[in-house]
Amino acid sequence: MTSPMTRTQDGTARAGVEVRMDGLSRHYGPVVALDKLDLTVQAGELIALLGPSGCGKTTTLRLVAGLEDADAGRITVGGKDITHLSASKRDMGMVFQAYSLFPHMTARQNVAFGLRLRRIAAATRDKRAIEMLELVGLSTQADRYPHQLSGGQQQRVALARALAIEPQVLLLDEPLSALDAKVRAQLRDEIRRIQLEVGTTTLFVTHDQEEALAIADRVGVMKDGRLEQLAPPTDVYSRPATSFVAEFVGLTNRLAGTVSGQTVTVRGRDLPLVDPSTPAGPATALVRPEAVTLASDSTGDSGPLVGTVIAVTFLGATSRVTVDLGDTTILAQLTTADAAELPAGSRVALTIRPDPVLVSADSPALSEA
Amino acid sequence: MAAVTSLGESSLDRPAERPRGMQARRRRRLNLFRYLVFTVFGLFFILPLLAMTRFSLEGRTLGTWSLTAWKQIVSYSFPDLPPLLPAIEITLELAVISCVIVLVLLVPTMVWIRLRVQWLSRIFEFLCLLPLTIPAIILVVGLAPIYNFIRHYELSALMLFWAYVILALPYAYRALSAGLNAIDVPTLSEAARSLGASWFTVITRVIVPNMWQSILNATVLTSALVLGEFTIAYLLLYTNLQVELFSISRNTPNASVIFSTSVASLMFAFALLLILSFAGRRRQRGRG
Repeated sequence: MTSPMTRTQDGTARAGVEVRMDGLSRHYGPVVALDKLDLTVQAGELIALLGPSGCGKTTTLRLVAGLEDADAGRITVGGKDITHLSASKRDMGMVFQAYSLFPHMTARQNVAFGLRLRRIAAATRDKRAIEMLELVGLSTQADRYPHQLSGGQQQRVALARALAIEPQVLLLDEPLSALDAKVRAQLRDEIRRIQLEVGTTTLFVTHDQEEALAIADRVGVMKDGRLEQLAPPTDVYSRPATSFVAEFVGLTNRLAGTVSGQTVTVRGRDLPLVDPSTPAGPATALVRPEAVTLASDSTGDSGPLVGTVIAVTFLGATSRVTVDLGDTTILAQLTTADAAELPAGSRVALTIRPDPVLVSADSPALSEA
Repeated sequence: MAAVTSLGESSLDRPAERPRGMQARRRRRLNLFRYLVFTVFGLFFILPLLAMTRFSLEGRTLGTWSLTAWKQIVSYSFPDLPPLLPAIEITLELAVISCVIVLVLLVPTMVWIRLRVQWLSRIFEFLCLLPLTIPAIILVVGLAPIYNFIRHYELSALMLFWAYVILALPYAYRALSAGLNAIDVPTLSEAARSLGASWFTVITRVIVPNMWQSILNATVLTSALVLGEFTIAYLLLYTNLQVELFSISRNTPNASVIFSTSVASLMFAFALLLILSFAGRRRQRGRG
């Protein structure tokens, strides 16, 4: 499908614009919601802001949208300072977590609302509304009222409505969190397809790591109003900058180890370090479950890497196996076929793949399941 | 994931089937209770009205029927009595003015409080409900000096709207508040703002259309209050419909006239409110 959105009304191809935030801060009384945030979203890029609730991700989005005022800092869009511009003049499309369609308007009227405010002729307006609804696959539901649409359909219409005004920036505030798992995954992929098609610079806020990793060009992991790491999804996952990122994104085993030089020794295995400048001494290594492989052990030896399977969790194509190592437990992620050969109670030998790992020196070396 | 979803759904479906019989019995009992309450209260309200109507149709001797009392309302046979028409007109005008002012005052203020100054909402609610706790006579004592001042500039009974707007505040506030509670005002207005709507547009094109029913309720309550108001108008020496009806009944030797005028005013108000609510409902249906 060729998109009507890639071209503006005068027929020129449209490129996204760059969004810059410099030293953006926001306080709610004594609570610091956002602490001198610097973030640049490249033109046409989709950045997902990921983090636990209260980390400042939604505040960032609301400041960019102009729905709240920054205490300090600057926001520029395409080089233009919009820090003090009113929300209604910012030219941004926004999709909210709560269903936000106007209940008294049909899907078509909802999508056309922004165009009506821009005094676009009725015929053009209507045509565009239908085009937008086609883009989100809902042109047959154009004359339905929001209460006649499912949650997923409502969010699609909301997306069409946000895109109809050809916004400079698209802001998505956890648009999928009210939907059930299957619709969520579908709509997630669709948002990405549409965003690539339209080329609008996009900020996507979510607390769901899977969503962020699947959809974004870059993922920004936030904590306590600060950006912990901003990197492509694969880097955030395999080369986390901090132990918070490592533990927030994906499951992590915390294993006691000793750092010496470029490696950390964990249960007799030497693993390379993500950060070679880590000071030597005892530390906790963060090991991904998929870096751990298991093999049935019939020798009956006891060693640091031999244990007993205590639980197998079926996840579909893969299974998660919990192994008791005597002094700690460790999680391993295997294909379901492999896991089927290791029922609970069986003795297994572990291998840890030498992926670069991160160590955290702060907490005691206890395993977390 | 799909497996999890379908499991969740089926476990939700199943337990609904067993207690169906029990629920039906409970629903029947509830319906019976409803009809009982409806009948008792219906009789409680309708009997005095019927008695009043009957008495207004009483002839010269007990047990006979006559329309005399009703004719006397509209007949201008009392030379010193002004006709009813101006009183009806002034009361209707008062109702319209009061409704408009109450809505123009309350709707934007309540939306604004909900969006921007949540902490004010309790204080505002208290202020709006205050007139409910002040007896009319005390209100009149307080208002009298103000009305003395107003009378220097304007003698018309239309000036009663100042007092009526205050009297109507609690009812209109309650009605509008229920309407605002039913919609997600912050999200809808933020969505509209992000699409380029000014605050005025947000209120007129997004919020108000979604609370028509409650605006209508506020209008009906305010009109009912104005149509039935007697105390303040009488004590402040203004003439509205109620005062006019009262003076007709006082100036005639026929006791039935008191009742015919009361029934007439009731029917008048009832008809008006009926028209109002029907007009509003048609508008709602037109919007789907």
